Amino acid sequence: MTQSVVVQVGQCGNQVGCRFWDLALREHAAVNKKGMYDEALSSFFRNVDTRSGDNGPDIYKGKICTLKARALLIDMEEGVVNEILQGPLRDVFDSKQLITDVSGSGNNWAVGHKIYGCQYRENIVEKLRKTAEHCDCLQCFFIIHSMGGGTGSGLGTFVLNLLEEEFPEVYRFVTSVYPSGEDDVITSPYNSVLAMKELNEHADCVLPIENESLFQIVNKIHQMINSGKLGSTVKQNSLVTSNAGSAKTLQVKPFDAMNNIVANLLLNLTCSARFEGSLNMDLNEISMNLVPFPRLHYLVSSLTPLYTLADVNVPSRRLDQMFSDAFSRDHQLIQADPKHSLYLACALLVRGNVQVSDLRRNIERLKPSLHFVSWNQEGWKTGLCSVPPVGHSHSLLALANNTCVKPTFIELKDRFMKLYKKKAHLHHYLQIDGMEQSCFSEAICSLSDLIEEYNELDATKGGPRIDPSRLKIAI
Amino acid sequence: MSIVTVQLGQCGNQIGHEVFSALCSDILGTHGLCSTKENESYQDSCKERFFCQEESGVPVARAVLVDMEPKVISQTLSMAARSGHWRYNSHSHFCQKQGSGNNWANGYSVHGPRHKEAIMNLVQKEAEKCDRLGGFFTIMSMAGGTGSGLGAFVTQCLRDAFPASFILNHVVWPYGTGEVIVQNYNSVLTLSHLYHSSDALLVHENDVIHKICAQLMNIKQISFRDVNQVIAHQLGSVFQPTHTAGGGSGYSRNPLGDLMETLVPHPEFRMLGLRNIPQMPENSLPYSAFSWPGLIKHLRQMLIANAHMEEGIDWQVRPPHPGSSIPSTGKPLHFNTSIANLLILRGKDVHSVDLGSFQDPSLYTSWLNPQDAFNAWKTPRAFNKYEKSAALVSNSQFLLKPLDSIVGKAWNMFASKAYLHQYTKFGIQEEDFLDCFTTLEQVISSYTNL
Repeated sequence: MTQSVVVQVGQCGNQVGCRFWDLALREHAAVNKKGMYDEALSSFFRNVDTRSGDNGPDIYKGKICTLKARALLIDMEEGVVNEILQGPLRDVFDSKQLITDVSGSGNNWAVGHKIYGCQYRENIVEKLRKTAEHCDCLQCFFIIHSMGGGTGSGLGTFVLNLLEEEFPEVYRFVTSVYPSGEDDVITSPYNSVLAMKELNEHADCVLPIENESLFQIVNKIHQMINSGKLGSTVKQNSLVTSNAGSAKTLQVKPFDAMNNIVANLLLNLTCSARFEGSLNMDLNEISMNLVPFPRLHYLVSSLTPLYTLADVNVPSRRLDQMFSDAFSRDHQLIQADPKHSLYLACALLVRGNVQVSDLRRNIERLKPSLHFVSWNQEGWKTGLCSVPPVGHSHSLLALANNTCVKPTFIELKDRFMKLYKKKAHLHHYLQIDGMEQSCFSEAICSLSDLIEEYNELDATKGGPRIDPSRLKIAI
Repeated sequence: MSIVTVQLGQCGNQIGHEVFSALCSDILGTHGLCSTKENESYQDSCKERFFCQEESGVPVARAVLVDMEPKVISQTLSMAARSGHWRYNSHSHFCQKQGSGNNWANGYSVHGPRHKEAIMNLVQKEAEKCDRLGGFFTIMSMAGGTGSGLGAFVTQCLRDAFPASFILNHVVWPYGTGEVIVQNYNSVLTLSHLYHSSDALLVHENDVIHKICAQLMNIKQISFRDVNQVIAHQLGSVFQPTHTAGGGSGYSRNPLGDLMETLVPHPEFRMLGLRNIPQMPENSLPYSAFSWPGLIKHLRQMLIANAHMEEGIDWQVRPPHPGSSIPSTGKPLHFNTSIANLLILRGKDVHSVDLGSFQDPSLYTSWLNPQDAFNAWKTPRAFNKYEKSAALVSNSQFLLKPLDSIVGKAWNMFASKAYLHQYTKFGIQEEDFLDCFTTLEQVISSYTNL
């Protein structure tokens, strides 16, 4: 079994990360009834004997003593991390896993990347090494950050670079929260585009998230509950937005519901690596199957169902509805419509009481309405994990490598150009040591190239299918 | 003679477990319908072939379990042990922590060389436990990374280490509509490599077995376990002991050797398909009665029309009229030409079965005498509660279309260069791909021109 390490950077990164650890504990508690430390737990948690202090040795087998998250918490302000350390999750984190500073990055990518990057490089490397040493077989780093600010964006992508240098064999999966159009951080386009270049070059897979989508999902659930019709029969702990039944039930913060969705995304992504199933789908398989060309590694994700009704008997019609929903635009975690764009590849990871025939039936059913690139007409990667998420009897995570990410990138580019043309706020960046105009022009070039690659693929959509001629054999 | 089974990857291990379970429950069953002496002889022969008898009583499967991640093997071992009727040797497995990521190159070029010694040591130990080694039976899928890539590497190692032994590869072909996106690449790489080191490839296609589950077995929500159990039943119907034609009174001592001899006369033609009749849910068996003429007639038409099961057979397809001088290209469309066929009959009244229809020369290519092209193995001992059952192992054009489809899709993807970077980073270059494509196009061409 392999281990993964979560690196949460910046305010957003840490808030989402916090929700992730809470829900991870909840998920394992639901499955692990005997209190024994098993391989599934070891994926994200160490088992430490803390009687001799925090520096206690790792216990690899036997009863659970104290679980410590395999995580690194980085923030250049103290507020968020301090709150975590004072909350119910404080014992899950090792005091040595934190890197904080006081003044923040002022929503400036350059401050995060160049200044703090430089300053904290050694510290970060040392702490990463320590976490890696505790792992028997480290498979993946998960970075969680936002793109629009300074720390998550700048320092987060600095760490991404570092990970590639120091741990080239380990996968780098990045969960990036992209800024919305009404973002109140004026310089968010600069920060995002500068960060995009790093993601293009150093990430194995990126899962883009947009707050608008999370917000819409939260609203949808609220409406459904408050409509009164179904409200009373919904299982509270099944809501993709809830953390009912977990440690942190009392204090619910405003972004918690939205962040829980992202946390659930990560749990579902890694479930097959942790739990058994009839067709396992490990993280290295996700990267292998969903990334046909190195730079096209942006995966649009959707989670269904958003909630479970309390009745246990699920007719297969409802099961099929789950599959249909996965492809609808209002279940995607970014503002995108994969159904009307071009699929390069698609992965379906099903959890719970679903069998291969259900999977095949739904693929056959949905295929005709989807557009796949000519060289990947049967581009489906499937996984079946036996363990469902908390509160559900089954669930589905869909990951799409689809040209529908293009509008998000084009919008980003437009917002960037609006500011850049007027050179607005540019001096805040250029005055930082190591920053030059070329950083900006290279970054926008990188983004433009990426958009162009998607354009070229889109151009093939719906065109005549000409299969290349096969090798001829002389008889 | 004993057969050592090597289970590779998730698919290989899941199927392997079902195979040993099926073999064991068959020999322990009271459905034999034959004399006690015959039954005992059958049980002993099966046990010698597939199990090692230990003092503690429970037979131990002659198997080596290989996977690059631990979950499946640990499940497989514990499921076997829980059955109480048989188990695996607790030391005969090899696994690592991180799987092959569906990457053939990873399985073949990285894991293969790295773990060759450890895996071959386990195989050697199993081989040494056999009084007489009859050969190797490997079980793998070709869509993933371990079964396919590491499987191809291990097959090569087996060939190098045991040059005189027979190697039969059981290969599972994935669903056409996709289980793994790079499955066609992995398949092309696997098949071409196996063609160079294996003696024969015995193929099961997931799509076909799925249909059998849906239409014949009436299973509503089909799981991989259901699929694997049908596969295990079909394999059992081939590998359980039989009397060969000229083999004297005892059970055949050399099943793999006999299989190769009858079915693989030419190294260019190694792909074997499998058909089994009847197939039905267990609770329907008491209400069904079969006649040998009926079973043989259906099976023959399944062969000629390339049908996968006894329902929905196209009865219009006929072999070409004998006596007319038709060049091979004049054969009627959809007619499945055979090189060689093997029929395995089990159960009541086997000795009275008329097999003349299978010896019809128009079914075969002209290279072999029909007497040599067709063989039959029999046993009066019924298999797995079927009063009468027949299995057909065929070296024919059965797999031509699916193979062509896989190569076509892989080529399509290769032309766009998609995913190639994932393979080149582990040492499999474009030239290697081209070699593999060439090998398979050659195989396709050979089978097309029968």
